[in-house]
This record gives sequence, C-alpha cells and structure tokens, in this order.
Amino acid sequence: MKIFVNGIERDIARQTTIAQLLAELEVTERHVAVEVNLELVPRAQHAGHQLREDDRLEVVTLVGGG
Amino acid sequence: MTTIDPASDAQLEDRLQIGTHTLASRLIVGTGKYATYELMAESLAASGTDCITVAVRRERLVNASGQNILDAIDHARYTLLPNTAGCFTADDAVRVARLGREILLGLENPGADWVKLEVLGDTKTLLPDPIATLQATERLVADGFQVLCYTSDDPIAAKRLKAAGATSVMPAGSPIGSGQGILNPNNIRICLEYLKDNDPDYPVIVDAGVGTASDVTIAMELGVDGVLLNTGIAHARDPLQMALAMKAGIEAGRLAYLAGRIPKKLYATASSPESGTIAPKPR
Repeated sequence: MKIFVNGIERDIARQTTIAQLLAELEVTERHVAVEVNLELVPRAQHAGHQLREDDRLEVVTLVGGG
Repeated sequence: MTTIDPASDAQLEDRLQIGTHTLASRLIVGTGKYATYELMAESLAASGTDCITVAVRRERLVNASGQNILDAIDHARYTLLPNTAGCFTADDAVRVARLGREILLGLENPGADWVKLEVLGDTKTLLPDPIATLQATERLVADGFQVLCYTSDDPIAAKRLKAAGATSVMPAGSPIGSGQGILNPNNIRICLEYLKDNDPDYPVIVDAGVGTASDVTIAMELGVDGVLLNTGIAHARDPLQMALAMKAGIEAGRLAYLAGRIPKKLYATASSPESGTIAPKPR
C-alpha cells in the first residue's frame, strides 16, 4: 500500500508499524519524532501503531538553527 | 585589597532564571549556519553558553548518511532550546513545538518542556506575525510548554504575550540575521518597564539582530536578562574569536547594568579638584 513520508510517496507492506517503517528507513529512532496525519505519535506507541493506506507521515529530527 | 576579576564566577554568579530553567550564562547561542559541526562545537564552548537553540526539520530519508547534529553536541553540557523557526501559522508552530518536545524527551534533555516560539509573517523580513504568535502562545501554554516568545520590539505586543502566559518575552533588536544591532533601544526600555512592572525577575531576552559584541553589551546595559544570537557568531570571519567577544560583551554589559551608569550630561564635569590650581581660570 502507499503512504507519504515527508511528502514522498512510498510503497510499504500492509500492517507495517511505525517502528518497522523507521527501521526500514534506517533512521536512528532516538533522533526522530513522527507525526501521522498531523498528529504526533509518541515514541512509546511506534511499535503498536499500524500504518494505513494514504497515511501522511512526517519524520523529523533536530538540525542547527537559531 | 579585593581583586576584581570580571570573568570570575563570583562576579557573575547571578544566574539567568527562565521559568524552571537556571542558566549559568546569559548568552543563548544558535547552532545554525556554521561551516562545520566541529567549528560549531568549538564556538559554542568558547561562548560560555549552556543553552543552545536547535530547529526541527524533516529527516533526510534519501542519502541520510550525513552526521546528525545530535552526534556533534555534548548533551550533558547544554540545555537544548528547540525553536519553531520556519513556521508561518500558529497551527504549524504548535505541531513543530510538539515534535521538538518529543525528540528532547527521547534524549532526556531538560529542554523538553520549553520552546522558542517563532511564528513569522513573511520570508522577506522574517518579522513575527503578532496575532499568530499570540494564538500559538496561548495554545502552547495550555499544552504545558514554557514558551519563550520571539517578538518584535513592540511594547504592547510584549505585554500581551506575557499576559497570555509566556515564560519569557524575547524582543528582536533588529531583523533576524541582519546584524543591525539594537535599532530601537527606547522600545526595548519600554518593553522592560512593562514586562518587569511589579515583577522584576521576569526574564526579557533580546533575540535576533545582534551583529557584534558591542550590540550584546548595549542590550545588556539596557537591563535585559540575556541575549540570544546565532548568525553574529556563525558568520563572523572567525567564529571562534567572535564567540569569545560575545561572551566578554555579555559580561561587560551585565556588570555595567548592575553597576549603574552615570547620567549623560551636556557639559563637562572636571575629574580633578577645581580648587588649588596654580593656573588662573579663563573668564
């Protein structure tokens, strides 16, 4: 099924969880926060949160800024 | 005889209290725009700061091999202050604040409970949208954040933000990254008068516009509690040296403020005794 991660379309297996997606993306989970359809999903829920078709995710981290 | 060492801890033991956070330095430094993470880390250390700002951005999912800033920062040394830079609506600022908090909670950094709120009006001036800033402040305060508000130097806006529950109001000296210094010291003075009325410990921080060390000193001499800057160090020809200058500027300004400057007068006042001169005075 298709989802959108940081604005880019991506094809993932059904019932993929946020934790599984982050592993697939090879991001350091400790360094990121995740929003699904404009709602923050706390880290503790990543393993249990199954993604759905057309979900829109933001995977953000910290960068230099003033 | 007491020796006076302006850089000693004893002289500068007056710490900066912002809500529940106590900072040893009155300088808050941004982490953007450095040529390398190494230079950033060295400059931050040289500045003496113990609080640094960071921004929230999309993780690079393609070619994500680059080093993350979180690997370049000494987490034990700095309280991180996440910002909402780049947001143009209250909705987006609230989202970004929550995302930043989530990352900092994961890092177990004490900065998880505060945010530097920036809601901008347009990309050309990067001036704050006063109405959206006020709305976002109200929502973030209700959500449990300690909100440090980037705002213009408008005293009325400053008053409204404090009334909305802002932990600190942070008027800009001049536009972000412009290096123009404190363009309207009178407005900063009025902001201070309003914000500290019956509440002298309420923290007021000049955020943005600082170009060089004297700008920092001028801000501190006005009686603000601290200065937040980024570009002034990061884009100096020698950022490391400028970080040291900014540190000295903060200390000079703070001490001068505490010492109480002499009033400005139109005419001269002799420093040496006027009596007992062997020379006659001119008529």
